[in-house]
This record gives sequence, C-alpha cells and structure tokens, in this order.
Amino acid sequence: MAAALAARRHGLQVIVIDDQPAPGGQIWRSVEMAARRDNILGPAYVEGRAVAEAFRASGVIYQPGAQLWQVELGFRAFVSRDRQAQVIEAEAVILATGAQERPVPFPGWTLPGVLTVGAAQILLKNAGQIPTGPVWIAGSGPLPLLYTVQLLRAGGQVAGYLDTTPAGQWRAALPHLPGALRAWGDLVKGLGWTATLRTSKTPVIRGVIEIEALGKERIEALRYRTKDGAMATVEAKTLLVHEGVVPSLHAALSLDCTVAWHPAQDCYAPVVDRWGESSQVNLFIAGDGAGIAGAKAAQLRGELAALRVAVKLGRTSENAAALAARPIRRKLGRELAGRPFLDALFKPRPQIFAPTDETIVCRCEEITAGEIRAVAKIGQPGSNQIKAATRAGMGPCQGRQCGYTVTRILGAAQNRPPSEVGFFHIRPPLKPVTLGELASLDQSVTAAPKSEPQDRGVTVGQGQAE
Amino acid sequence: MFRKLHEPGPGALTITIDGVSVSAEPGESIAAVLLRQAEPWSRLTPVTQSKRAPYCMMGVCFDCLAEVDGVASVQTCLKPVCDGMRVVRQTGKRRIGALIA
Repeated sequence: MAAALAARRHGLQVIVIDDQPAPGGQIWRSVEMAARRDNILGPAYVEGRAVAEAFRASGVIYQPGAQLWQVELGFRAFVSRDRQAQVIEAEAVILATGAQERPVPFPGWTLPGVLTVGAAQILLKNAGQIPTGPVWIAGSGPLPLLYTVQLLRAGGQVAGYLDTTPAGQWRAALPHLPGALRAWGDLVKGLGWTATLRTSKTPVIRGVIEIEALGKERIEALRYRTKDGAMATVEAKTLLVHEGVVPSLHAALSLDCTVAWHPAQDCYAPVVDRWGESSQVNLFIAGDGAGIAGAKAAQLRGELAALRVAVKLGRTSENAAALAARPIRRKLGRELAGRPFLDALFKPRPQIFAPTDETIVCRCEEITAGEIRAVAKIGQPGSNQIKAATRAGMGPCQGRQCGYTVTRILGAAQNRPPSEVGFFHIRPPLKPVTLGELASLDQSVTAAPKSEPQDRGVTVGQGQAE
Repeated sequence: MFRKLHEPGPGALTITIDGVSVSAEPGESIAAVLLRQAEPWSRLTPVTQSKRAPYCMMGVCFDCLAEVDGVASVQTCLKPVCDGMRVVRQTGKRRIGALIA
C-alpha cells in the first residue's frame, strides 16, 4: 500500500494485484472491518485503517481477491480473479509479497487443530474468533508473545507456552543490543509482552527442543521434550506453532531474480539495490519479501521503490528522488537497527531443519523426511531432483511448505551448506489455475488494454503479508 | 475448535457446509467458519485420505481447499463468505468430470 500511495503521488498509474480480499496484507488483515476489536489488537493494528483509507482514495486500480500466477519480464502479469484470467501490462513491477511463517515440520503438524500462530491471529483479526478452550502455544519470536497478549486480552485461555528459543541465545544477541537501542520503542513493547505473560501466570516451559502432536483425526495430545531431557505428554485440543517468518519468494524466484542466503535469518533473500530494484531491470521488491525487516520497514522500502520507479519512468528527477529518499532512509535505518538483535535472539532451533524420518515434510504430497533422506544419498541430488524423484514440492503449495526443509535435509546428508544446495526451481503457475481460466485469457487480452491504458503502469503484487 | 467473540448480529448470513446451514458474518473467510464447526476439517488428502483443516490462513499451505459453489480446490482462507454459498468438503483427488460439471 505504501508503494502504491507513493507511486500515485508521482502521478503514476498503479494497478495493485492482491490475493487477499481487502487491503492490509496480514499485519493489517481485515483492518477496515475489525473496529470492534481495536482494544484487543492494539494501536499498531489500528494505524492501518487510515492507510487503507488513503489507499482506497488514492486512485489506484485495486484488484482484491486476485491470484497472480505468472509474471513475464517486460512486464506482463497473468492474473485470475473470479475465475476470469487476464493479462496486465506494466513498465515496472514492485513485488510486495511479504512474508510467510517458516515451515516447522514435526510429527503431527498436519493434524486438524494444529495451526500457526499467525493463522490464529488472522482468525482474530478477520473473524473475531479465538480457540474454544485452553490453547498450547509453541515457538519463538515476537509474534507468539504478541498473540498470547492479544488472546488473553480477548478473554482466551493459554494452557501453556512452550518457548523453543534455544537457551542462552541472549548471549549471542547481547552484542547487538547497543545497536538495537536505536529501535528502543520495539524493545519496550517486547518487554511489555513478556511482563504480561508473567503476570498472567501462564505456564511457561523454556528450552523446548522437540514437539509432537498426537491424535487420529485431530490433535488430542501434545508431547514435548526440553533440552534438559524433561518429557511430558499433555492433553491438547489446539496447538499453535511459530518459528519466525521468511520472505515469500515464489514470484521473484520464478523471474530468476538473484537471491542470496541470509545466514542470520536462515532463509534466502533477493539481492536488491538501495532502492529495492532486483537483479532484473525495473523489477522491484519491497517489504518483507526482500528480507525480513518488519511492517514499518516494509512501508519505507515500499516508498523507496516507488520513488525509484518514478525516476525511471520520468516522473521525477534523480536529484529530487535522492532528496526525498533521505528522510525515508533515516527512518529505515532506525527500523533496521533492532533487526540483528532480534535475529540473534530468536535464531531458530536446529531441530526444525532436521525432522525425524517419520515426519511429513511435504504436506501436499505427504512425503516424509525419511523418504527424502533415502534419495538424498543416491548421487548428490539437488532440490529439483528430489522433487522429480519423490514429488515433494509438486503439490498445490508449490514447495512453500517444504522447500527449506528439503534444502536442509539435503545439506545435512551431503555435508553441504544450504546456500550451496539451493531452493526448488520455481516455475509458473505460481498458484493453481484451471483450464477454464486459461481459456478465458483469450477474451481478456483483446478486451482489457484499451480500457486501462498501461503506458505508465506499475503493478504492485501485494501478496501474503505486509 | 474456535469460537467467535461476538454474535454476528442482524447482518448474519447463511452458508451451507456439506448441506448443513450454518451462520456466518459478512467479511469473514470460509475457513474461519469451518474452524467453528464440530467437524473443523476442510478436505481429505489425495494420497492417504487424511483429514486436513485450515493451517496457515494466509494462502500458503493449501490445506483449507474445499469445493465452493461447484468450484473445486478453492483456498477458503482467502475467500470471504456470501449469503447462500455452498461449501462442500473435498475428499481425495479431484475428478475431471466434476470440473466439467
């Protein structure tokens, strides 16, 4: 939204393709209709309403509920909406696909009743609903803390909080603390959440290294083990898990944008310049899709990308853009200052990347870690050979849930770092598309362009988060 | 599995899930409604016929797929409810005949 607003301010014609039904991404999901929950969700959420309002009034051509399934350089975006496919042409593209939660395979993670913490928070934002009974929350990072606080405010019950942050990680984070003090507001917020958790008397179990969901048709119990070897099996009707977030990269990868391994965040991130332009000319990536930096940084990076697009399309001068960018970069610097501290403090536990043999890795095709390991030792296959040999990554999610795990399992089996193993090769369609939609393309190619002049078009693909 | 914090009120609408009428609130996703049901699952997997329920709620896991108004494999976490919508839980693989129908 920030990129679209900034691009509009420079008089660019902007089309926003959003797979969500309303503006706001995930951070501000359903912000336009959730006013009755403002007290629960807090001021950072409420701020989004004014942005959404400005966005609606900005003159962008907004396409909610639209699935982007292919982008061609140059640019042509193929989009399905209400079962009708269309082609949108643009001179520049800003991918603002946001983040997704890091896939966390463990035995039983596919059972109904196991959801991500992000999912539970979206249910609170979108539908005003909370788990029926006491819920178990397992994970690491700011989001489980924030959601726990929101859930308690909403009158929900937490059976227990399984903290999977590796013990003693604060020591590694400590050297980054002085830098993080520049972003002191966020630190204070985080400390406040921890304090709420303490005063609520929520049982907190620290140093959890393994979890397992047990049950036949839905989760019935939860087994966990701590670093000290303590094991327990407890009744569980709902389990929420979260181990950080990773950039949503599918669109960027399908366009062969150069990506680099980000060791501090344990994921790939696209290589972009200081304006957010990727290795492909006029293709920009803003927000968490360009590397995890949080919601506020996402807006600033969106503004920078839009500024540069305005320069490239002749709507402003290099000098004016450089001047306008200065205060944005200053704010961005402040936002990014806290990141190394957070990355070090909440570095994911290594067990996530080495699931036991019986654990399902690919949720779609139901391929286990054991099946992947068995193939990993035949020759030295990469992720793509594993996909061909086992079907892992071939289902509707296209590797969004198994990609990193496959990379890690191969790395461990072949004694190679994940940066060398690489990710699946991502090809269109990025989302499933029906034959009927493909057939409908023909009509839209002839019908669309005249009514929507594209000569200065910018397409902002607003995806999963931000 | 989940409950609403408030009653949908006078604006409530009705959708059917496997033929059973249930109440829903405008703007909420189909997946949110599914998770309030006694049977909160959305589909049986094509490979082992295991039950799956909405997991990520943001369109990246595809476990909330269900048939909506005759269209198979709809991501119900991204689709808001409308009055009279017919939702059918998906069981196993899709058939070509079903797509044509």
